[in-house]
Amino acid sequence: MRIIKPTLVLLVLLLIWQLIIILTSVPPYILPSPFSVVEATLAHADIILENASITLIEMVAGLIIGTFLGGCSALILSYYRPSQQWLMPILVISQAIPVFALAPILVLWLGYGIISKIAMAVLIIYFPVTVAFFDGLKNTNLGYLDLAHTMNASKYSTLMHIKIPAALPAFASGLRVATAMAPIGAIVGEWVGSSEGLGYLMLHANGRMQIDVMFAALLILAVMAIILYYTVDSSLRRLLFWSPEIQLNQLKER
Amino acid sequence: MNPEQSISISIKADRLAFGAVLLFENIDFTLNKNEWSCLLGPSGVGKTTLLRIVAGLVPNIQNVIITCSDNKPLSGRTAYMAQEDLLLPWLSVLDNVLIGFKLRSEMVDKSEALKLLKMVGLSQNINDLPAILSGGMRQRVALVRTIMENRPVILMDEPFSNLDAISRIRMQDMAADLLSDKTVLLITHDPMEALRLGDRIHILSDRPVKFTNPVLPEGTRPRSITDVELLKEQARLLTRLSTASKLDLT
Repeated sequence: MRIIKPTLVLLVLLLIWQLIIILTSVPPYILPSPFSVVEATLAHADIILENASITLIEMVAGLIIGTFLGGCSALILSYYRPSQQWLMPILVISQAIPVFALAPILVLWLGYGIISKIAMAVLIIYFPVTVAFFDGLKNTNLGYLDLAHTMNASKYSTLMHIKIPAALPAFASGLRVATAMAPIGAIVGEWVGSSEGLGYLMLHANGRMQIDVMFAALLILAVMAIILYYTVDSSLRRLLFWSPEIQLNQLKER
Repeated sequence: MNPEQSISISIKADRLAFGAVLLFENIDFTLNKNEWSCLLGPSGVGKTTLLRIVAGLVPNIQNVIITCSDNKPLSGRTAYMAQEDLLLPWLSVLDNVLIGFKLRSEMVDKSEALKLLKMVGLSQNINDLPAILSGGMRQRVALVRTIMENRPVILMDEPFSNLDAISRIRMQDMAADLLSDKTVLLITHDPMEALRLGDRIHILSDRPVKFTNPVLPEGTRPRSITDVELLKEQARLLTRLSTASKLDLT
Protein backbone atom coordinates (compact mmCIF):
# COMPACT_ATOMS: atom_id res chain seq x y z
CA MET A 1 0.00 0.00 0.00
CA ARG A 2 2.84 2.40 0.86
CA ILE A 3 4.24 2.11 -2.65
CA ILE A 4 1.08 3.35 -4.38
CA LYS A 5 1.42 7.07 -3.67
CA PRO A 6 5.08 7.44 -4.74
CA THR A 7 4.32 5.45 -7.92
CA LEU A 8 1.42 7.75 -8.72
CA VAL A 9 3.60 10.82 -8.22
CA LEU A 10 6.21 9.31 -10.54
CA LEU A 11 3.63 8.52 -13.22
CA VAL A 12 2.22 12.06 -13.08
CA LEU A 13 5.72 13.52 -13.42
CA LEU A 14 6.43 11.31 -16.44
CA LEU A 15 3.12 12.38 -17.95
CA ILE A 16 3.97 16.07 -17.48
CA TRP A 17 7.37 15.42 -19.04
CA GLN A 18 5.79 13.79 -22.09
CA LEU A 19 3.15 16.55 -22.31
CA ILE A 20 5.82 19.26 -22.38
CA ILE A 21 7.48 17.49 -25.29
CA ILE A 22 4.18 17.14 -27.19
CA LEU A 23 2.99 20.68 -26.49
CA THR A 24 6.25 22.56 -27.10
CA SER A 25 7.70 20.17 -29.70
CA VAL A 26 11.10 20.71 -28.09
CA PRO A 27 13.85 18.92 -30.05
CA PRO A 28 15.17 15.64 -28.53
CA TYR A 29 18.70 17.08 -28.16
CA ILE A 30 17.27 19.57 -25.63
CA LEU A 31 14.79 17.32 -23.87
CA PRO A 32 14.51 13.66 -24.84
CA SER A 33 11.23 11.85 -24.21
CA PRO A 34 10.91 9.48 -21.21
CA PHE A 35 10.69 6.60 -23.64
CA SER A 36 13.95 7.43 -25.41
CA VAL A 37 15.68 7.81 -22.01
CA VAL A 38 14.57 4.32 -21.05
CA GLU A 39 15.70 3.13 -24.46
CA ALA A 40 19.13 4.75 -24.01
CA THR A 41 19.41 3.26 -20.51
CA LEU A 42 18.83 -0.21 -21.89
CA ALA A 43 21.06 0.31 -24.93
CA HIS A 44 24.00 1.54 -22.82
CA ALA A 45 23.21 -0.54 -19.74
CA ASP A 46 26.70 -2.05 -19.43
CA ILE A 47 28.50 1.31 -19.57
CA ILE A 48 25.99 3.04 -17.30
CA LEU A 49 26.09 0.28 -14.69
CA GLU A 50 29.88 0.17 -14.73
CA ASN A 51 30.09 3.90 -14.10
CA ALA A 52 27.20 3.80 -11.65
CA SER A 53 29.03 1.23 -9.53
CA ILE A 54 32.01 3.61 -9.26
CA THR A 55 29.76 6.48 -8.15
CA LEU A 56 27.97 4.21 -5.70
CA ILE A 57 31.27 3.13 -4.14
CA GLU A 58 32.26 6.80 -3.80
CA MET A 59 28.97 7.72 -2.14
CA VAL A 60 28.90 4.78 0.26
CA ALA A 61 32.58 5.08 1.18
CA GLY A 62 32.15 8.82 1.71
CA LEU A 63 29.11 8.18 3.84
CA ILE A 64 30.85 5.59 6.01
CA ILE A 65 34.06 7.56 6.49
CA GLY A 66 32.27 10.90 6.90
CA THR A 67 29.86 9.47 9.45
CA PHE A 68 32.67 7.79 11.35
CA LEU A 69 34.76 10.98 11.48
CA GLY A 70 31.71 13.09 12.32
CA GLY A 71 30.69 10.70 15.09
CA CYS A 72 34.20 10.69 16.58
CA SER A 73 34.42 14.49 16.40
CA ALA A 74 31.10 14.90 18.18
CA LEU A 75 32.18 12.46 20.91
CA ILE A 76 35.48 14.27 21.43
CA LEU A 77 33.73 17.66 21.48
CA SER A 78 31.29 16.42 24.08
CA TYR A 79 33.70 14.41 26.25
CA TYR A 80 36.63 16.85 26.45
CA ARG A 81 35.15 20.31 26.77
CA PRO A 82 38.44 22.16 26.05
CA SER A 83 38.50 20.50 22.62
CA GLN A 84 35.58 22.69 21.58
CA GLN A 85 37.89 25.70 21.29
CA TRP A 86 40.20 23.73 18.99
CA LEU A 87 37.79 21.66 16.94
CA MET A 88 34.99 24.15 16.44
CA PRO A 89 37.05 26.54 14.26
CA ILE A 90 38.08 23.61 12.05
CA LEU A 91 34.48 22.57 11.76
CA VAL A 92 33.34 26.06 10.81
CA ILE A 93 36.21 26.57 8.35
CA SER A 94 35.41 23.25 6.71
CA GLN A 95 31.99 24.66 5.92
CA ALA A 96 32.96 28.29 5.26
CA ILE A 97 34.83 27.24 2.12
CA PRO A 98 32.34 25.81 -0.37
CA VAL A 99 33.23 22.21 -1.15
CA PHE A 100 32.71 22.99 -4.82
CA ALA A 101 35.61 25.44 -4.64
CA LEU A 102 37.78 22.81 -3.01
CA ALA A 103 37.07 20.19 -5.67
CA PRO A 104 39.83 21.22 -8.12
CA ILE A 105 42.39 21.28 -5.28
CA LEU A 106 41.31 17.86 -4.03
CA VAL A 107 41.59 16.45 -7.54
CA LEU A 108 45.04 18.04 -7.84
CA TRP A 109 46.20 16.54 -4.55
CA LEU A 110 44.45 13.20 -4.57
CA GLY A 111 44.37 12.50 -8.28
CA TYR A 112 41.73 11.73 -10.86
CA GLY A 113 40.82 8.47 -9.21
CA ILE A 114 38.19 7.49 -6.70
CA ILE A 115 40.01 8.91 -3.64
CA SER A 116 39.43 12.58 -4.42
CA LYS A 117 35.68 11.94 -4.88
CA ILE A 118 35.44 10.06 -1.61
CA ALA A 119 37.24 12.98 0.05
CA MET A 120 34.66 15.38 -1.42
CA ALA A 121 31.78 13.28 -0.15
CA VAL A 122 33.44 13.01 3.28
CA LEU A 123 33.78 16.80 3.49
CA ILE A 124 30.11 17.28 2.68
CA ILE A 125 28.88 14.55 5.02
CA TYR A 126 31.14 15.32 7.99
CA PHE A 127 29.51 18.59 9.03
CA PRO A 128 25.81 17.67 9.35
CA VAL A 129 26.70 14.44 11.16
CA THR A 130 29.04 16.17 13.63
CA VAL A 131 26.70 19.06 14.38
CA ALA A 132 23.58 16.92 14.77
CA PHE A 133 25.27 14.33 17.00
CA PHE A 134 27.04 16.96 19.09
CA ASP A 135 23.74 18.80 19.60
CA GLY A 136 22.16 15.54 20.68
CA LEU A 137 24.98 14.84 23.14
CA LYS A 138 24.67 18.35 24.59
CA ASN A 139 20.93 18.12 25.11
CA THR A 140 20.66 15.01 27.27
CA ASN A 141 17.67 15.22 29.62
CA LEU A 142 19.14 16.74 32.78
CA GLY A 143 17.04 14.36 34.85
CA TYR A 144 18.90 11.37 33.37
CA LEU A 145 22.19 12.99 34.31
CA ASP A 146 20.98 13.68 37.86
CA LEU A 147 19.93 10.06 38.14
CA ALA A 148 23.29 8.82 36.85
CA HIS A 149 25.05 11.13 39.31
CA THR A 150 23.16 9.78 42.33
CA MET A 151 23.92 6.26 41.05
CA ASN A 152 27.65 7.06 41.23
CA ALA A 153 28.10 6.59 37.50
CA SER A 154 31.47 7.58 36.05
CA LYS A 155 31.70 10.18 33.30
CA TYR A 156 32.58 7.42 30.84
CA SER A 157 29.69 5.11 31.68
CA THR A 158 27.25 8.04 31.69
CA LEU A 159 28.44 8.79 28.16
CA MET A 160 28.18 5.18 27.02
CA HIS A 161 24.90 4.20 28.64
CA ILE A 162 22.97 7.46 28.71
CA LYS A 163 24.33 10.30 26.62
CA ILE A 164 25.11 8.35 23.43
CA PRO A 165 21.85 6.36 23.27
CA ALA A 166 19.88 9.51 24.09
CA ALA A 167 21.67 11.37 21.28
CA LEU A 168 21.09 8.69 18.64
CA PRO A 169 17.83 10.14 17.27
CA ALA A 170 19.63 13.47 16.69
CA PHE A 171 22.56 11.58 15.14
CA ALA A 172 20.09 9.81 12.86
CA SER A 173 18.63 13.05 11.53
CA GLY A 174 22.15 14.29 10.79
CA LEU A 175 22.88 11.03 9.00
CA ARG A 176 19.70 11.35 6.91
CA VAL A 177 20.73 14.83 5.76
CA ALA A 178 24.22 13.52 5.03
CA THR A 179 22.85 10.63 2.98
CA ALA A 180 20.82 13.00 0.86
CA MET A 181 23.96 15.11 0.29
CA ALA A 182 26.38 12.26 -0.42
CA PRO A 183 25.70 12.14 -4.20
CA ILE A 184 26.55 15.86 -4.50
CA GLY A 185 30.09 15.26 -3.28
CA ALA A 186 30.68 12.31 -5.58
CA ILE A 187 29.22 13.96 -8.70
CA VAL A 188 30.93 17.33 -8.22
CA GLY A 189 34.21 15.50 -7.80
CA GLU A 190 33.62 13.60 -11.02
CA TRP A 191 32.74 16.76 -12.92
CA VAL A 192 35.95 18.48 -11.91
CA GLY A 193 38.18 15.72 -13.08
CA SER A 194 37.78 12.00 -13.53
CA SER A 195 37.82 9.19 -16.04
CA GLU A 196 34.95 7.15 -14.62
CA GLY A 197 31.67 7.51 -12.72
CA LEU A 198 28.20 8.80 -13.62
CA GLY A 199 29.33 12.44 -13.42
CA TYR A 200 32.07 11.67 -15.93
CA LEU A 201 29.61 9.80 -18.15
CA MET A 202 27.24 12.78 -18.12
CA LEU A 203 29.96 15.22 -19.15
CA HIS A 204 31.20 12.81 -21.79
CA ALA A 205 27.70 12.30 -23.24
CA ASN A 206 27.04 16.03 -23.10
CA GLY A 207 30.11 16.68 -25.18
CA ARG A 208 28.83 14.29 -27.84
CA MET A 209 25.28 15.59 -27.75
CA GLN A 210 24.08 12.20 -26.48
CA ILE A 211 21.43 13.91 -24.36
CA ASP A 212 19.45 10.70 -23.92
CA VAL A 213 22.52 9.01 -22.37
CA MET A 214 22.97 12.04 -20.11
CA PHE A 215 19.40 11.70 -18.94
CA ALA A 216 19.85 7.96 -18.54
CA ALA A 217 22.85 8.56 -16.25
CA LEU A 218 20.81 11.12 -14.34
CA LEU A 219 17.97 8.64 -13.97
CA ILE A 220 20.26 5.94 -12.56
CA LEU A 221 21.89 8.47 -10.23
CA ALA A 222 18.48 9.49 -8.90
CA VAL A 223 17.46 5.86 -8.41
CA MET A 224 20.70 5.10 -6.55
CA ALA A 225 20.37 8.18 -4.34
CA ILE A 226 16.78 7.27 -3.47
CA ILE A 227 17.63 3.64 -2.70
CA LEU A 228 20.59 4.73 -0.57
CA TYR A 229 18.41 7.17 1.35
CA TYR A 230 15.66 4.66 2.03
CA THR A 231 18.12 1.96 3.03
CA VAL A 232 19.76 4.27 5.56
CA ASP A 233 16.41 5.61 6.73
CA SER A 234 14.83 2.20 7.28
CA SER A 235 17.92 0.80 9.04
CA LEU A 236 17.89 3.81 11.34
CA ARG A 237 14.23 3.26 12.09
CA ARG A 238 14.91 -0.35 12.94
CA LEU A 239 17.84 0.60 15.20
CA LEU A 240 15.95 3.39 16.94
CA PHE A 241 12.78 1.39 17.46
CA TRP A 242 12.36 3.08 20.82
CA SER A 243 12.48 6.70 19.72
CA PRO A 244 9.27 8.63 20.45
CA GLU A 245 8.82 9.74 16.83
CA ILE A 246 8.90 6.15 15.53
CA GLN A 247 6.64 4.82 18.26
CA LEU A 248 4.14 7.55 17.46
CA ASN A 249 4.15 6.52 13.80
CA GLN A 250 3.65 2.89 14.74
CA LEU A 251 0.65 3.85 16.83
CA LYS A 252 -0.80 5.77 13.89
CA GLU A 253 -0.29 2.83 11.56
CA ARG A 254 -2.08 0.41 13.82
CA MET B 1 21.45 -8.02 49.42
CA ASN B 2 22.12 -6.67 52.87
CA PRO B 3 20.64 -3.23 53.21
CA GLU B 4 23.16 -0.71 54.46
CA GLN B 5 22.79 0.34 58.10
CA SER B 6 20.13 3.01 58.28
CA ILE B 7 21.23 6.45 59.38
CA SER B 8 19.80 9.77 60.42
CA ILE B 9 20.93 13.01 58.88
CA SER B 10 20.98 16.56 60.07
CA ILE B 11 20.89 19.46 57.65
CA LYS B 12 21.92 22.94 58.76
CA ALA B 13 22.50 26.23 57.00
CA ASP B 14 22.30 29.89 58.03
CA ARG B 15 20.90 31.01 54.75
CA LEU B 16 20.43 29.66 51.26
CA ALA B 17 19.96 31.82 48.18
CA PHE B 18 19.29 30.94 44.58
CA GLY B 19 20.78 33.73 42.50
CA ALA B 20 19.57 36.94 44.11
CA VAL B 21 16.55 35.32 45.79
CA LEU B 22 16.93 34.36 49.42
CA LEU B 23 15.12 31.03 49.69
CA PHE B 24 15.84 29.81 53.21
CA GLU B 25 16.95 31.22 56.54
CA ASN B 26 18.10 29.12 59.48
CA ILE B 27 17.66 25.72 57.93
CA ASP B 28 17.86 23.19 60.69
CA PHE B 29 16.11 19.88 60.37
CA THR B 30 16.81 16.24 60.90
CA LEU B 31 15.88 13.21 58.86
CA ASN B 32 15.43 10.64 61.59
CA LYS B 33 16.48 7.05 61.09
CA ASN B 34 13.73 4.97 59.41
CA GLU B 35 11.40 7.95 59.37
CA TRP B 36 9.72 9.76 56.50
CA SER B 37 10.30 13.51 56.62
CA CYS B 38 8.16 15.63 54.35
CA LEU B 39 8.80 19.08 53.01
CA LEU B 40 5.37 20.44 52.19
CA GLY B 41 4.93 23.69 50.31
CA PRO B 42 3.72 25.36 47.14
CA SER B 43 5.69 25.25 43.90
CA GLY B 44 8.57 27.67 43.66
CA VAL B 45 9.26 27.84 47.36
CA GLY B 46 12.62 26.11 47.01
CA LYS B 47 11.83 22.56 48.10
CA THR B 48 13.47 20.99 45.09
CA THR B 49 16.61 23.10 45.49
CA LEU B 50 16.96 21.88 49.05
CA LEU B 51 16.49 18.24 48.05
CA ARG B 52 18.97 18.57 45.21
CA ILE B 53 21.53 19.92 47.64
CA VAL B 54 21.01 16.94 49.95
CA ALA B 55 21.30 14.64 46.92
CA GLY B 56 24.65 16.23 46.05
CA LEU B 57 23.33 17.47 42.72
CA VAL B 58 24.21 21.11 43.27
CA PRO B 59 27.96 21.68 42.95
CA ASN B 60 29.87 24.22 45.04
CA ILE B 61 27.47 24.57 47.94
CA GLN B 62 29.61 25.32 50.98
CA ASN B 63 27.28 26.77 53.57
CA VAL B 64 24.97 23.77 53.93
CA ILE B 65 26.26 21.36 56.54
CA ILE B 66 25.01 17.81 56.19
CA THR B 67 25.95 15.43 59.00
CA CYS B 68 25.17 11.74 59.15
CA SER B 69 24.68 9.87 62.42
CA ASP B 70 27.62 7.57 61.62
CA ASN B 71 29.88 10.54 60.78
CA LYS B 72 30.56 9.27 57.28
CA PRO B 73 29.76 11.47 54.28
CA LEU B 74 26.29 11.19 52.78
CA SER B 75 27.56 11.16 49.22
CA GLY B 76 26.87 7.86 47.48
CA ARG B 77 24.34 6.72 50.04
CA THR B 78 21.20 8.29 48.61
CA ALA B 79 18.78 7.10 45.98
CA TYR B 80 16.83 9.69 44.04
CA MET B 81 13.32 9.52 42.69
CA ALA B 82 12.04 12.48 40.71
CA GLN B 83 8.68 13.76 39.56
CA GLU B 84 9.36 12.33 36.11
CA ASP B 85 10.02 8.62 36.09
CA LEU B 86 13.29 9.14 34.13
CA LEU B 87 13.00 5.70 32.57
CA LEU B 88 15.39 5.34 29.64
CA PRO B 89 13.16 4.82 26.59
CA TRP B 90 15.60 2.45 24.86
CA LEU B 91 15.76 -0.03 27.75
CA SER B 92 13.20 -2.62 28.80
CA VAL B 93 11.52 -2.42 32.18
CA LEU B 94 14.00 -4.92 33.65
CA ASP B 95 17.04 -3.15 32.21
CA ASN B 96 15.75 0.17 33.49
CA VAL B 97 15.45 -1.28 36.96
CA LEU B 98 19.05 -2.52 36.74
CA ILE B 99 20.52 0.62 35.14
CA GLY B 100 22.43 1.61 38.31
CA PHE B 101 24.40 -1.64 38.23
CA LYS B 102 25.16 -1.22 34.55
CA LEU B 103 26.36 2.35 35.14
CA ARG B 104 28.69 1.16 37.90
CA SER B 105 29.68 -1.99 35.95
CA GLU B 106 28.61 -4.11 38.92
CA MET B 107 27.39 -7.67 38.98
CA VAL B 108 23.70 -7.89 39.63
CA ASP B 109 21.30 -10.43 41.05
CA LYS B 110 18.36 -10.25 38.68
CA SER B 111 16.16 -12.35 40.94
CA GLU B 112 15.85 -9.48 43.42
CA ALA B 113 14.68 -7.16 40.63
CA LEU B 114 12.22 -9.76 39.36
CA LYS B 115 10.88 -10.28 42.87
CA LEU B 116 10.31 -6.55 43.35
CA LEU B 117 8.71 -6.15 39.92
CA LYS B 118 6.35 -8.95 40.85
CA MET B 119 5.50 -7.24 44.13
CA VAL B 120 4.47 -4.06 42.28
CA GLY B 121 2.44 -6.10 39.78
CA LEU B 122 4.72 -5.74 36.77
CA SER B 123 5.94 -9.31 36.29
CA GLN B 124 4.13 -9.43 32.93
CA ASN B 125 5.92 -6.31 31.71
CA ILE B 126 9.60 -6.98 32.34
CA ASN B 127 10.48 -6.97 28.63
CA ASP B 128 8.27 -4.04 27.66
CA LEU B 129 9.61 -0.66 26.64
CA PRO B 130 8.58 2.20 28.95
CA ALA B 131 6.63 3.93 26.16
CA ILE B 132 3.84 1.36 26.21
CA LEU B 133 3.32 1.57 29.98
CA SER B 134 0.86 3.85 31.73
CA GLY B 135 2.08 6.69 33.94
CA GLY B 136 1.37 4.69 37.08
CA MET B 137 3.21 1.62 35.79
CA ARG B 138 6.20 3.72 34.80
CA GLN B 139 6.38 5.29 38.23
CA ARG B 140 6.25 1.79 39.78
CA VAL B 141 9.24 0.83 37.65
CA ALA B 142 11.00 3.96 38.91
CA LEU B 143 10.18 2.93 42.48
CA VAL B 144 11.67 -0.53 41.96
CA ARG B 145 14.76 1.05 40.38
CA THR B 146 15.10 3.28 43.45
CA ILE B 147 14.80 0.30 45.81
CA MET B 148 17.31 -1.75 43.79
CA GLU B 149 19.91 0.92 44.52
CA ASN B 150 19.82 -0.40 48.08
CA ARG B 151 20.70 2.93 49.69
CA PRO B 152 19.82 3.82 53.29
CA VAL B 153 18.50 7.27 52.33
CA ILE B 154 15.78 7.86 49.75
CA LEU B 155 15.17 11.33 48.34
CA MET B 156 11.84 11.78 46.56
CA ASP B 157 10.85 14.91 44.68
CA GLU B 158 7.06 14.87 44.18
CA PRO B 159 7.31 11.34 42.81
CA PHE B 160 3.56 10.79 42.58
CA SER B 161 2.35 14.22 41.48
CA ASN B 162 1.95 13.29 37.80
CA LEU B 163 -0.42 10.43 38.63
CA ASP B 164 -4.18 10.38 38.80
CA ALA B 165 -5.71 10.35 42.28
CA ILE B 166 -6.29 6.60 42.44
CA SER B 167 -2.87 5.56 41.11
CA ARG B 168 -1.34 8.06 43.51
CA ILE B 169 -2.94 6.45 46.55
CA ARG B 170 -1.83 2.99 45.37
CA MET B 171 1.70 4.20 44.78
CA GLN B 172 1.80 5.81 48.22
CA ASP B 173 0.78 2.51 49.80
CA MET B 174 3.34 0.60 47.77
CA ALA B 175 6.14 3.04 48.54
CA ALA B 176 5.28 3.09 52.25
CA ASP B 177 5.43 -0.70 52.29
CA LEU B 178 8.62 -1.15 50.29
CA LEU B 179 10.57 1.72 51.82
CA SER B 180 9.58 1.07 55.45
CA ASP B 181 13.19 0.52 56.58
CA LYS B 182 14.63 3.61 54.91
CA THR B 183 15.30 7.17 55.94
CA VAL B 184 13.16 9.12 53.51
CA LEU B 185 12.96 12.77 52.51
CA LEU B 186 9.76 13.37 50.54
CA ILE B 187 8.94 16.62 48.82
CA THR B 188 5.31 17.27 48.05
CA HIS B 189 2.78 20.01 47.50
CA ASP B 190 -0.09 17.71 48.43
CA PRO B 191 -1.05 17.96 52.15
CA MET B 192 -2.87 14.62 51.95
CA GLU B 193 0.25 12.88 50.69
CA ALA B 194 2.36 14.46 53.42
CA LEU B 195 -0.16 13.42 56.08
CA ARG B 196 -0.45 9.86 54.79
CA LEU B 197 3.28 9.23 54.53
CA GLY B 198 5.12 11.72 56.71
CA ASP B 199 6.32 11.09 60.24
CA ARG B 200 7.25 14.74 60.47
CA ILE B 201 6.03 17.40 58.10
CA HIS B 202 7.92 20.63 57.62
CA ILE B 203 5.78 23.35 56.14
CA LEU B 204 7.65 25.63 53.78
CA SER B 205 5.50 28.58 52.86
CA ASP B 206 7.22 31.91 53.40
CA ARG B 207 9.94 33.64 51.49
CA PRO B 208 12.52 33.24 52.78
CA VAL B 209 11.42 29.96 54.37
CA LYS B 210 11.89 29.68 58.09
CA PHE B 211 11.83 26.21 59.59
CA THR B 212 9.27 26.02 62.39
CA ASN B 213 8.11 23.09 64.48
CA PRO B 214 7.09 20.23 62.20
CA VAL B 215 3.62 18.71 62.19
CA LEU B 216 3.76 15.18 63.63
CA PRO B 217 0.80 13.07 62.44
CA GLU B 218 -0.14 10.18 64.68
CA GLY B 219 -0.37 6.52 63.66
CA THR B 220 1.71 4.52 61.24
CA ARG B 221 2.11 5.17 57.54
CA PRO B 222 0.42 4.82 55.15
CA ARG B 223 -2.40 6.49 57.07
CA SER B 224 -5.93 5.79 55.94
CA ILE B 225 -7.64 8.33 53.70
CA THR B 226 -10.86 7.83 55.66
CA ASP B 227 -9.30 8.92 58.97
CA VAL B 228 -11.35 11.95 60.13
CA GLU B 229 -8.46 13.50 62.06
CA LEU B 230 -6.31 13.25 58.95
CA LEU B 231 -8.94 14.99 56.83
CA LYS B 232 -9.29 17.78 59.40
CA GLU B 233 -5.54 18.22 59.50
CA GLN B 234 -5.49 18.31 55.70
CA ALA B 235 -8.00 21.17 55.76
CA ARG B 236 -5.88 23.05 58.30
CA LEU B 237 -2.73 22.59 56.23
CA LEU B 238 -4.48 23.66 53.03
CA THR B 239 -5.74 26.83 54.73
CA ARG B 240 -2.30 27.57 56.07
CA LEU B 241 -0.64 27.04 52.68
CA SER B 242 -3.20 29.00 50.70
CA THR B 243 -2.99 32.06 52.94
CA ALA B 244 0.78 31.87 52.69
CA SER B 245 0.76 31.64 48.90
CA LYS B 246 -1.54 34.68 48.75
CA LEU B 247 1.17 36.62 50.58
CA ASP B 248 3.67 35.32 48.07
CA LEU B 249 1.72 36.61 45.09
CA THR B 250 1.55 40.22 46.29
